[in-house]
Amino acid sequence: MNKQLFFGALAAAGMLAGFASAGTLDDVKARGELNCGVTTGLVGFAAPDANGQWTGFDVSFCRAVAAAVLGDPTKVKFVPTTGQTRFTALASGEVDLLARNTTWTFSRDVDLKFTFLGVNYYDGQGFLVHKDLGVTSAKELDGATICIQTGTTTELNLAEYFKVNNMSYKPVAIETNAEGEQQYSAGACDAYTTDASGLAATRAAFADPENHIILPEIISKEPLAPLVRHGDDQWADIGRWTLNALIAAEEFGITSANADELAKGTENPEINRILGTEGDLGAMFGLDPQWALRAIKAGGNYGEIFAANIGESTPIGLARGLNAQWTQGGLLYSPPFR
Amino acid sequence: MASVADTPKAGFRLGMLIYDTRYRSMTIQVVVMVAFMGGVAWLVDNAIQNLHTLGKDFNFGFLWARSSYDINQRLVEYSNDSTHARALLIGLLNTLLVAFLGCIAATIIGVFAGVLRLSKNWLVGRLMTVYIEIVRNVPVLLWILLAYAALTEALPPLKDFRGDNPAATMSLNDSVAVTNQYTVIPEPLFSRSLGNVDVGIFLISVDLLAIIAVLVGSILVNRAIKAQASRIQEQTGDRPVTWWKSLAVLVLPVVVLLYALGFHLGYPELKRFNFSGGTEISNSLLALWLALSVYTGSYIAEIVRAGILAIPNGQSEAAFALGLRPRRTMNLVILPQALRVIIPPLISQYLNLTKNSSLAIAVGYMDLRGTLGGITLNQTGRELECMLLLMLIYLAISLCISAVMNVYNNSVKLKER
Repeated sequence: MNKQLFFGALAAAGMLAGFASAGTLDDVKARGELNCGVTTGLVGFAAPDANGQWTGFDVSFCRAVAAAVLGDPTKVKFVPTTGQTRFTALASGEVDLLARNTTWTFSRDVDLKFTFLGVNYYDGQGFLVHKDLGVTSAKELDGATICIQTGTTTELNLAEYFKVNNMSYKPVAIETNAEGEQQYSAGACDAYTTDASGLAATRAAFADPENHIILPEIISKEPLAPLVRHGDDQWADIGRWTLNALIAAEEFGITSANADELAKGTENPEINRILGTEGDLGAMFGLDPQWALRAIKAGGNYGEIFAANIGESTPIGLARGLNAQWTQGGLLYSPPFR
Repeated sequence: MASVADTPKAGFRLGMLIYDTRYRSMTIQVVVMVAFMGGVAWLVDNAIQNLHTLGKDFNFGFLWARSSYDINQRLVEYSNDSTHARALLIGLLNTLLVAFLGCIAATIIGVFAGVLRLSKNWLVGRLMTVYIEIVRNVPVLLWILLAYAALTEALPPLKDFRGDNPAATMSLNDSVAVTNQYTVIPEPLFSRSLGNVDVGIFLISVDLLAIIAVLVGSILVNRAIKAQASRIQEQTGDRPVTWWKSLAVLVLPVVVLLYALGFHLGYPELKRFNFSGGTEISNSLLALWLALSVYTGSYIAEIVRAGILAIPNGQSEAAFALGLRPRRTMNLVILPQALRVIIPPLISQYLNLTKNSSLAIAVGYMDLRGTLGGITLNQTGRELECMLLLMLIYLAISLCISAVMNVYNNSVKLKER
């Protein structure tokens, strides 16, 4: 019986790993659909709307890649993953691309064998607390019960923050953001901690957002980045430069509205290179010249995607902050298209 | 004299492997075995190759690295500076705790429900039927979630205990607080404690050891007293009154020891966010324990009922004819025979309960699946190693339970002479 179990496990592992092979671009083209790993539901980043259509910041990136590769932003299959299942889903080949507000860390990049495509949101970990607790700073949380999504970097940051500040806390491990919201609002924990953007989204989803406050402390750096498997550089390049195209498009003023107009040719050679009217950058990684044009038309440039999903006019109401263009004092900086 | 005709030479031809019934079954077994081994070899090879392609190695070194995460419910010392192996131990102890508590509670519930379902009282019998049929026909995960939701929603949140005019108060003379996160009860403290001994992986309180030693001693002495009473009964027919001796032997030494150690209770006290002092029993443990025991109890009830029904009516009639009262009939005649039928399926229920405890993650109870198979797996990315280790440990636990129960089964099973 012992042996059978052992070999059963090996079998499962063998089959899982069997799908992980090079040539993701060909696989996706043959399938005619991009499998994109997203969260199980975080309003603003990735959540199904009232009609069952996935929308959000991360979702828009998946759609841009699908538009670039397949020519149709709707040809995406969204695979909801939890903090626990996301890496297995990507490593096993269940998804081609993971756009699930995942923090770029050394060990994930190096040890878990993933390739991060570039930061699409500069975030930091914060705390959401009930207003009636009277807490105004994270330093006052000594002894508090804190809900935390398991399998995340936030779990480790939290332990470190409380250790450094010589405070104690009681962790309550939860699996998904929805579960966290429910536990937190039922009063099963005093504070809920995750990336500040996620907290803003969570707070916006409450019936009484005014009764909850996000504490001013940001206790960690959380560069959120989409990622792919190690070992398929062509596929990684496609993802990386799709993201860069969206960022560069904002910098050069290419929007979903004027992209077609600009694609007829402009005075600016870089815009022409991005939109495929000059040179043939797409061919270098196996796509046609209009790949970036389609990616930008799918949901707009980075700024449009930000504004539509999580910007200040949405219920989530996040300011651009660090996520502004480098010309505006932010950190977004696309390498040149040439 | 006609000589016996030469028996045909027992030569062996290859065809006999298939056509000769003496060899055929062996041939088939060998072929199947080779095919099976080939399949296994292919799977192992595939796994190794794929791990290699992914650039991953296979080793358990990560177990000795710093875990960096905290665990809420722990029976022994643990902090985020401890190793992953230590986190594994915490999870293992939590699994064993809930399995142990669950098996006991499920047995009690099951025996009661099983016996009561046979009751001649119509209402009691039907009630038990309803309990058994409803509980065992709904997945246990749903019962766990229901129990947890009920505890979280129905009990007062911690903030209700605060303020000048709190909505909720502590019960039992301000010693027990029941909240929607946990129940906190007074903890035993010793002002003249004997300290702890370090047994390598965790500390054991010498006070606890001393108390256990005294209790065991008391029980042994009590047995001797009873044995002597039985001897006197055999010789004279009169059984001397022993209850006061038993009581004194069982209670006095422990009380004296507790007094010597300076035993007192540490009462919980509400601090800024949580109660401090006292022993906390988390709602996730309570919910898991409740749901697992009620669920498994419904199966055990049916096993007990089957065991009792398996004893022919003639047995109890004969016992009644000998003048035994119903209770003694049950204890001396029916149950000892019923146990033979009950024990083997009961073992599988204990195993089921233990394995079902891995659903603990649904309510945030940090069992083995939650630590090793959850956070450690995720933070280290060692899926294969963690899962294999997890399976191995569950296998070991299950085999241990089986072994212990089989020993018990052997002691009650029909002894053929």
